[in-house]
Amino acid sequence: MDIKLSNASDKPIYEQITEQIKQAIITGKLTPGDPLPSIRNLARELKISVMTTKRAYSDLERDGFIVTFAGKGSFVAERNQEFLREELLRQVEDHLNKAVQIAKISGIHGKELLDLLSLLIEEELE
Amino acid sequence: MTYAIEVANLRKKFPQFQLVDVSFQLPTGTIMGFVGENGAGKTSTIKYLLNLLQKDSGEVKLFGLDHVEHDIAIKEQIGVVFDDLYVPETLNATQINHILEKIYANWDEAYYVELLKRFKIPIKKPIKQLSRGMRMKLSIAMALAHHPKLLILDEPTSGLDPIVRDEILDLFMEFMQDEDNSILFSTHITSDLEKIADYITFIHEGEIVFSKNKDELLYDYGIWKGTVEQSKELPEHAKVRMRKNAFGIEILVNRKEVNKAFHLDKPSIEDIMLFFVKGAYV
Repeated sequence: MDIKLSNASDKPIYEQITEQIKQAIITGKLTPGDPLPSIRNLARELKISVMTTKRAYSDLERDGFIVTFAGKGSFVAERNQEFLREELLRQVEDHLNKAVQIAKISGIHGKELLDLLSLLIEEELE
Repeated sequence: MTYAIEVANLRKKFPQFQLVDVSFQLPTGTIMGFVGENGAGKTSTIKYLLNLLQKDSGEVKLFGLDHVEHDIAIKEQIGVVFDDLYVPETLNATQINHILEKIYANWDEAYYVELLKRFKIPIKKPIKQLSRGMRMKLSIAMALAHHPKLLILDEPTSGLDPIVRDEILDLFMEFMQDEDNSILFSTHITSDLEKIADYITFIHEGEIVFSKNKDELLYDYGIWKGTVEQSKELPEHAKVRMRKNAFGIEILVNRKEVNKAFHLDKPSIEDIMLFFVKGAYV
């Protein structure tokens, strides 16, 4: 498993970790039952704080991507298509929300924004 | 949750300086960075943890035990590294081994020798002939060889080159693989802390300004830059501190209170310290 952290990124370190592990699971690089490094080991290897890796793992657990057994460690959870879809939907919502915020500040109306979105959908999806 | 260090309302009046209600807690298994400018009270506070000074009032506990009453038991469990190696300069690493094995019940000679080897510390050379990097590494080997549960470090990396600092940080991370172990790390090289610290406690003029989870600290704040005129668009309650210069204004803001469309820079621990010490209230 590769994890690449960037200080230049706007994203918090724990989010960079969860995203890359999620990506690895979604693309099948990590398969259900694969063991993940321990929280403390990951912190040591990446030279980051234990709280950061702990947070990343608990977010992944909350979102159903990994399961943790006391004394045994963390493993990739059984693949759940529903969860994956939900996760991707959440990412889409995040991006749309950003677009709405920018539109609000620059005085672009809802109608204009919807037109723009329809146009993009036409180009890409249909 | 258990705590390696609990300090509550620690007070001491010195002729020129005072500690005012210093309070913070270090949860077991975590690393706390203790930051502040020179003379802010970092070393004084550490001296109380080690029971080297007498407090006026307040409570200091290590591993849940009172620091005066259980002085000896506590000291068996802590390793301390100061900004330099304070032992007689004519001693060498081997002689230090003979002294410390008589002091600590848990002294682990094999581990001490292993650390010396790993750090390539000459065992027969008197300390006065060692470089600054070597002295600090020896100091750390001395602090670790009785397998303490808590490391108290006072400016351990100041004056060291980046390579040695990296080796030392590595060793600290290795120490933290045991989840019963904790570290209090005082420094003004905040970049070291930005990586490995779990909590940041900031002391200024003898008072704790904040003691917070590092991730929350770095991600909850943002720095907005612009003109005074533009700054009026920011919601008032989002502004924490500001700094003006001839060409504009910088404002430390609560990220959550600001519309995402505003561009905010990520602050460093140093930025946040500067805003709190030098910045004006909005």
